[in-house]
Amino acid sequence: MATRSLPILLLILLGLLVANLMFGAVSLPFKHIIEGFQVGNANYFTIHEYRFPRTILAMLVGAMMALAGALVQGVIRNPLASPDVLGVSHGAGLAAVFYMTFFPSADISWLPAVALIGSLIAALMLWWLCGQHSSTIKLAITGVALAALYASCIDFLMLVKPLEINNALLWLTGSLWGRGWNQLAMLLPWLLLIPCALWLAKPLNLIYLGDDSAISLGVKASTLRLVSLAIAVGLTASCVAICGPIGFLGLVAPHLTRKLVGGRHQLLLPSTMLVGAILLLLADLAARTIDPPIELPAGIMTAIIGAPYFLWLLFRTK
Amino acid sequence: MSLSTHNLSVGYHDKAIVKQVNLSIPEGKIIALLGPNGCGKSTLLKAMARILSPMEGHVQWQGKNLHSIASKKLAQQLALLPQTQPIPEGIKVKDLVAYGRSPYTGFWGRLNRQDQLIIDSVMHETGITELADQLVSELSGGQRQRVWLAMTLAQDTPYLLLDEPTTYMDLSHQVELMHLLRKLNKQGKTIITVLHDINQAARYCDHLIVMKQGSIITQGSPDSVLTQTLMKDVFSLNAQIHRDPIAKTPMCVVE
Repeated sequence: MATRSLPILLLILLGLLVANLMFGAVSLPFKHIIEGFQVGNANYFTIHEYRFPRTILAMLVGAMMALAGALVQGVIRNPLASPDVLGVSHGAGLAAVFYMTFFPSADISWLPAVALIGSLIAALMLWWLCGQHSSTIKLAITGVALAALYASCIDFLMLVKPLEINNALLWLTGSLWGRGWNQLAMLLPWLLLIPCALWLAKPLNLIYLGDDSAISLGVKASTLRLVSLAIAVGLTASCVAICGPIGFLGLVAPHLTRKLVGGRHQLLLPSTMLVGAILLLLADLAARTIDPPIELPAGIMTAIIGAPYFLWLLFRTK
Repeated sequence: MSLSTHNLSVGYHDKAIVKQVNLSIPEGKIIALLGPNGCGKSTLLKAMARILSPMEGHVQWQGKNLHSIASKKLAQQLALLPQTQPIPEGIKVKDLVAYGRSPYTGFWGRLNRQDQLIIDSVMHETGITELADQLVSELSGGQRQRVWLAMTLAQDTPYLLLDEPTTYMDLSHQVELMHLLRKLNKQGKTIITVLHDINQAARYCDHLIVMKQGSIITQGSPDSVLTQTLMKDVFSLNAQIHRDPIAKTPMCVVE
């Protein structure tokens, strides 16, 4: 079953890619989508300039956030951990909103770097508060509290600087609205982190068995932990720089995938990327089609599913 | 001597639990580390498995400082079975045992024919062949302990370090394990194991090392080590030493 789920997930992903191109404020039949890629076609703008880059972006961001979640859950062996739950996403968001509010004319292409600094600070903050050997629940609760703190800082910034509110507001809940080729180009270099993460599949299997066994099997446990968390922070920051903090994706996707394909990272990491992409494409599709032409942010859709899931996990963890 | 400690102090959070221990592990034997709770036997074992870094002194492996040896190379020489293991979710028994081959496989962990042969043989030896496709998380404590042991054996190292391997096992599996250790020892492995049961150690091990408060009190063959005074000094127990009617090894009976 485990190995068969990879092609099934791929098929679902393909179906959703087509669906995201077809449906929206205006529904287009499949034939018009193919034509929409030709310059001068009536649907060229809708398809090529609007829906296509956005769909690809949703796929990549979903995959990267899920991958970041799988890395974090893998090295700290904590099912409640993920960059969004631990406040890393909101840390990146706060840094980005701060940058946009105080330097409104600054170059937007610096956003990923700014978000990276924010998420690094958030990660260090958590480390400083919890230490290396804190319990599952303590880490998760501290992370959630920090995330709430960062979110309220974002609110505060928007209250004192109401002029820039529109930009920041779009950010807050995590949205793919208005994202296109420019953002896609911004994300491109960060895709290099994906092969780096896949390279770690084997040692990630071993560190999941506990540090003692991992070291005995030849893994440098503390180095692996540091490298994995750094890659996860990089993946998160680059996604947040583009869509804002999209909640719970990094938590739910790896968890579902583990149930689906098991815990071997050679299969888990690629599968979790597919599941993450599927979830965000679904969320964005729902966000665009529930009440057209009004669009809900995709982050609200993921939170509606993710928050109860998180609570369920929290109560299940002893 | 391949494995030795030199003036070794090691512990947790700046507090030394093992204090200035000099020890040479006799090669080709089954060695038991004994002593009351908190005496440092597990800590010493972990230091010899390079899980813990020394605060003072060092551990030597074939004349070199243990921590200066490439970790993958060393993993082909020394294997450790920790005292407690997390319960990994979504991992099958055969996958977990296969992880024991990690020091030999490439970056993606692909197994070759020889890896597969070794995995099959250790699963047979530990009696878990029929559990191969079950999830580790669904096993009983004793079964899980045997699966972890199989993974450690799959590492195929000349030295085996075991931290209370009989925990969670019922009596028949404990006996099976001790017989398996003897068999592995005959094949040339040096085995160092922390044990709680002194009689088990006296019956199945060649060399006993007794610790108290971070120091080695005495070591040697079971006959030379197990005495009434030792039981009194180390375990604060009034005990008599008798002879095991079957194995003819010393046996302590508490008064």
